Amino acid sequence: MRVPIALHVNGVERQAEVEPRTLLVQYLREDLALTGAHIGCETSQCGACTVLMDGQPVKSCTILAAQADGASITTIEGLAPIGTLHPVQQAFWDEHGVQCGFCTPGMVLSTVALLAGAADPSDETIRHGLEGNICRCTGYHNIVLSVKAAARAAAAGAEAQPVVDRNAALAR
Amino acid sequence: MNPSTFAYERAETLDDAIALLAEHGDSAKLLAGGHSLLPIMKLRLAEPELLIDIGRISELQGIRDDGAEIAIGALTTHQAIADDPMLRERVPLLADTASRVGDRQVRNRGTIGGALAHADAAADYPAAILALEASIVAKGPQGERRIPAGEFFLDFLTTALQPDEILTEVRIAAPPQGHGWSYQKLANQASGYALVGVGVLVVLDNGVCSDIRIGITGAAPVAWRARAVESALRGRTLDANAVNSAAAAAIDGVELLDDLHGSAEYRRRVTQGLTRRAILQAAERAAGTQ
Ligand SMILES: Cc1cc2nc3c(=O)[nH]c(=O)nc-3n(C[C@H](O)[C@H](O)[C@H](O)COP(=O)(O)OP(=O)(O)OC[C@H]3O[C@@H](n4cnc5c(N)ncnc54)[C@H](O)[C@@H]3O)c2cc1C
Ligand code: FES
Ligand code: FES
Repeated sequence: MRVPIALHVNGVERQAEVEPRTLLVQYLREDLALTGAHIGCETSQCGACTVLMDGQPVKSCTILAAQADGASITTIEGLAPIGTLHPVQQAFWDEHGVQCGFCTPGMVLSTVALLAGAADPSDETIRHGLEGNICRCTGYHNIVLSVKAAARAAAAGAEAQPVVDRNAALAR
Repeated sequence: MNPSTFAYERAETLDDAIALLAEHGDSAKLLAGGHSLLPIMKLRLAEPELLIDIGRISELQGIRDDGAEIAIGALTTHQAIADDPMLRERVPLLADTASRVGDRQVRNRGTIGGALAHADAAADYPAAILALEASIVAKGPQGERRIPAGEFFLDFLTTALQPDEILTEVRIAAPPQGHGWSYQKLANQASGYALVGVGVLVVLDNGVCSDIRIGITGAAPVAWRARAVESALRGRTLDANAVNSAAAAAIDGVELLDDLHGSAEYRRRVTQGLTRRAILQAAERAAGTQ
């Protein structure tokens, strides 16, 4: 059996026929090559697979692609135009909220949703809001700093900026 | 990791879903938020041949206040309950409980109907549902019925719902204005579920406890009302001494779980301690409003 689905992914309309047991994260990674949605645990615990579904963070390993029919999905690839960084991505870069980077796409997307609901979040709000995203590296300290920097940037009206090409900058 | 293969049907209306369930019986399962069902299907602890997706049925959505009672549709997500201004004001115990379930992503997808029907021993809602004396409304081929909270939770993963019934809504008579409430939870650090969760409602009349209701979840295979504690405190002032000695009876007549998450002895101490804390906080909140 196959189920027809139609959804918007990063602003592009997609149609497909999927096996009922296809998970949303598999559809994104395997059919659309959006490998920024990571698979960490596959058991709903780690949040590496977090994407925004109609603006809300969800664990795409625990949603059937068929359940996402009609939804609007944003993955990390769709957060800012190619070659630019969204202010939340920039803040994670600036504050070194990243070590291995495995948790980062999920962290960034959860942060985008968190800041949409709380413009100036306290440490406690940040830690509670990001409970569904596990990081094995950073100890969370710099992630909290990154979220605060992103909140300041948003308050200052920051927009997506081109990625600085460090190699080119170093060569100069 | 995928579940094993299954067929998928999307029910458009409640009657559709009831008919599909009646037709397919034991080989089918209802799918709401999927945040209990999909994980256990991945583990092959459930292998239904058909999933009936009820996630889009509009009759099961939304929160309504019809004056006498508040009705919460089965598909209402934990996050929607936590954020609802009317529930936060009139039934804060439930809104606070919902805000403590799992994490943000889980709360965005998981539903109150799914959580109650699944009846995990470590689920959060049963404490509040018992303390609020809520009713659970179920509909099946035989029609609709109301199940009082006290008769709903039967055993580990077992409720009074019949296999052909769908939980449609939760109905709650809001506690009187000025009541005190508290939900105290010791979360399992790995899963976030309640190792012990205690929900308390207190009504004070000139500083004296005129009503108190206590629901406890997580510590035993099935949630329970701590009636011995309630009757010891009704008609009393809720000072620390009275509460401390009464709270010891929170585990009376209950066979506590004894597993890798916590021994029965540990759960006994935590249950008594959280019961004391929850009553004192509820009493303080009630006093603050008088
Ligand atoms: C990582 C993680 C952490 C969690 N932490 C917690 C926690 O801290 N506390 C807590 O309480 N829960 C927790 N949960 C469970 C969560 O609350 C689930 O959302 C809930 O248990 C099930 O709701 P659902 O809508 O996802 O139901 P589903 O998974 O879709 O269904 C669960 C079961 O109920 C049946 N069902 C669903 N809806 C109905 C209905 N309307 N009528 C009859 N039967 C129905 C289904 O057939 C299935 O058997 C956690 C889950 C995850 C994945
Ligand atoms: S991969 Fe989805 S929560 Fe870990
Ligand atoms: S940076 Fe490695 S898991 Fe978070």
